[in-house]
Amino acid sequence: MTQEDNRLGIVVSGSLSKGIEVRLDGAASVEDVVVGRYVTMEGQRRRFFGMITDVGLGVTDQRLALNPPDVSDPFVAQVLAGTSTYGIFHVTPYLTIGGDVASLLEGPQPVKTVPSHFSAVNLASDQDIELVFGKEDSERFWIGNPLDMETKICLNLEELVKRSNGIFGKSGTGKTFLTRILLCGMLQKSKAVNLVFDMHNEYGWAGTREGGPPVKALKQLFQSKVAIFTLDEANSRRRGVSTDFVVRIGYDEIEPEDMALLRQTLNLTELAIGAVYELHRKFGRDWLQAALDLKDSDETGALLEELKIHESTFQNLKRGLANIRRLPFIEPHAPDDVVNRILDHLDRGINVVLEFGRYRDVTAYVLVANMLTRRIYAQYQARTEKADADGSAKPQPLVITIEEAHKFLNSEVAGQTTFGMIAREMRKYNVTLLVIDQRPSGIDEEVMSQLGTKITCLLDNERDIDSVLAGVSGRSELKAVLAKLSSRQQALIFGHAVPMPVAFQPREYGSAASYSEFSGSALEAGKQAEKDIEELWGDSGAS
Amino acid sequence: MGEVVEASTADFVAQCYELYQLPPLGSLVKTRDQEVELYGVVCNATTAGLEPGRRPIARGRDEATEEAVYQSSPQLMKLLRSEFSVLVAAHRQEGKLYHYLPPKPARIHSFVYQCPPAEVKELSQSLDFLTVLLNARLPVSPEELIAACLRHMGQAQEDRRAFLVAAGKELAVLLGDEPNRLRAVLGRIKP
Ligand SMILES: Nc1ncnc2c1ncn2[C@@H]1O[C@H](COP(=O)(O)OP(=O)(O)O)[C@@H](O)[C@H]1O
Ligand SMILES: [Mg+2]
Repeated sequence: MTQEDNRLGIVVSGSLSKGIEVRLDGAASVEDVVVGRYVTMEGQRRRFFGMITDVGLGVTDQRLALNPPDVSDPFVAQVLAGTSTYGIFHVTPYLTIGGDVASLLEGPQPVKTVPSHFSAVNLASDQDIELVFGKEDSERFWIGNPLDMETKICLNLEELVKRSNGIFGKSGTGKTFLTRILLCGMLQKSKAVNLVFDMHNEYGWAGTREGGPPVKALKQLFQSKVAIFTLDEANSRRRGVSTDFVVRIGYDEIEPEDMALLRQTLNLTELAIGAVYELHRKFGRDWLQAALDLKDSDETGALLEELKIHESTFQNLKRGLANIRRLPFIEPHAPDDVVNRILDHLDRGINVVLEFGRYRDVTAYVLVANMLTRRIYAQYQARTEKADADGSAKPQPLVITIEEAHKFLNSEVAGQTTFGMIAREMRKYNVTLLVIDQRPSGIDEEVMSQLGTKITCLLDNERDIDSVLAGVSGRSELKAVLAKLSSRQQALIFGHAVPMPVAFQPREYGSAASYSEFSGSALEAGKQAEKDIEELWGDSGAS
Repeated sequence: MGEVVEASTADFVAQCYELYQLPPLGSLVKTRDQEVELYGVVCNATTAGLEPGRRPIARGRDEATEEAVYQSSPQLMKLLRSEFSVLVAAHRQEGKLYHYLPPKPARIHSFVYQCPPAEVKELSQSLDFLTVLLNARLPVSPEELIAACLRHMGQAQEDRRAFLVAAGKELAVLLGDEPNRLRAVLGRIKP
């Protein structure tokens, strides 16, 4: 595409806070201007990068609107387009780059001013996008393409995993596919290891695809770098998954905090949770076994009296505990310590996906994810502090992926759970979260505001949209972009890891070609070729 | 074709050598004042009796055709004259074309010529004259004149349509707050 083809119009008014109004040239059709696209504005001394956030129509004289000319006549239509009737669109400026050598080296900077009147506005070219987002390289991972463009949008994954991040979107918009793509990226390009709580068995071996055969998941792409743990061995085997470890959880591993998190799911009263803490104080880690062992007897009555637990509260609690006991992977005593097993793998740089098999109900998910995370986090905390004190090695940076994040991070519980703590403490102990949710409004506001980078597919609930965009500059403009995303495989990314927000189409995942690119084998092949050439010709290609 | 019989800075009147040999409305003509060539748009034309204030009397009652009227009174051809007025729109000095008024008006008795197509094309490269035409006080409506002029210029172009669209756009800007006038012109120049 030449510069001429890219030309859209000229800057006619605007402000830094409200954005720039651009008048469309006669030759460009307003119907080709879509929200979410990138444009460059050629100021006198600097270039500006921005995103189209609104499109509208104008007429120079209202009488024209009242008494429309005969635009079925192509001549009249052509004359009026861009003169008496014109397209107008709104650009939110984000970055600018100066024309002199020093600023070119410095790269794009946040905008502090606006382009002067009548600056030319062009659709951003591939080179422009590359200038802003960088090229695919050893740290940058290609996640997708800007809407209607061929260029690659690349993310610096090392930068990304320094903070907790979120992926949002209503059901069926592509969250799972996006997550899988990001996980592949991390496996390829970052030093972080992953622990994935895989509620629907989509990340370990294979994932479902609407209207098509299953897609390969992590283990099939990264044999040696991924271990699959399962809570439901029979189910995993039936799906043909070779698992590395079968998870069993002992009663004594469940702590009051886990129960607090399950309060709503198990229909427990506040008092029942209080009772759990009392029982724990009394019996220590055997509290659950002890509570289950309590029979309807005088002794029990006396005990409850002593612990100040009301009879009805106790009954409420017992019903809840019975639900937990019924979970098939829970046993009085677990044969092996799953936390150690997981840490073993993580320490060796092996990523762990924990499949839930048939146990996809919220109770199982919340209980297991929270319990494991709490204990793994405690280990990380201890080791990091030790490392700080005596200079021993810090644990590998860890990214924990959870779905249905609002169950762990709603305002009622976010203050107490480990997940809430990880989200708030950023990367103090080398652990961050990747949260996936279709109802972000259910997540605590403070947690949302701590997420470094957010990727959101289409959301249609107003409250969800507001919660995702809370605290972002240019909110109302981004809202327009978000609302116009298509209902599948389109997303908006903004925050810490990107220099400016961008609406993009995630990479295609699921074809044979995509697998070889995701697994890094294509990359290896490319590197090998480069090496071969180098050996053949010497270092001449380096200049 | 004729010669200048009345001149002022912005316009001049020329008389035709032959009765009725008038250039078409909106066409481009030129004349010269020594070194300076003046270009203009024909904006009006009249044919009337030589003596001002006296109108010819009707003569055709007993004649079979209109031609016969002139044949029976050959002196008519001498007593009548055709004149046309021209709005000056551009001038050329030392080979260079300027799309605005010349420093001096045309001289009386300068000869007036029709512009050849090549010159029409050259003149139509700038559409600034549209402003002149829009604002002139004329016996014909400016929309009518502009339309005639653009049609005339259009014929000299390789891409007539592109020229008319460009001119239409210029007018749309100039007549931004007068959509009805714009509509009137566009309706008259539609290719
Ligand atoms: N990047 C992608 N590549 C290929 N197909 C995709 C992609 N993103 C979404 N899809 C299609 O959309 C469907 C729904 O995506 P999914 O990630 O399961 O949605 P969600 O997790 O948000 O409910 C998938 O089954 C797949 O067919
Ligand atoms: Mg999903």
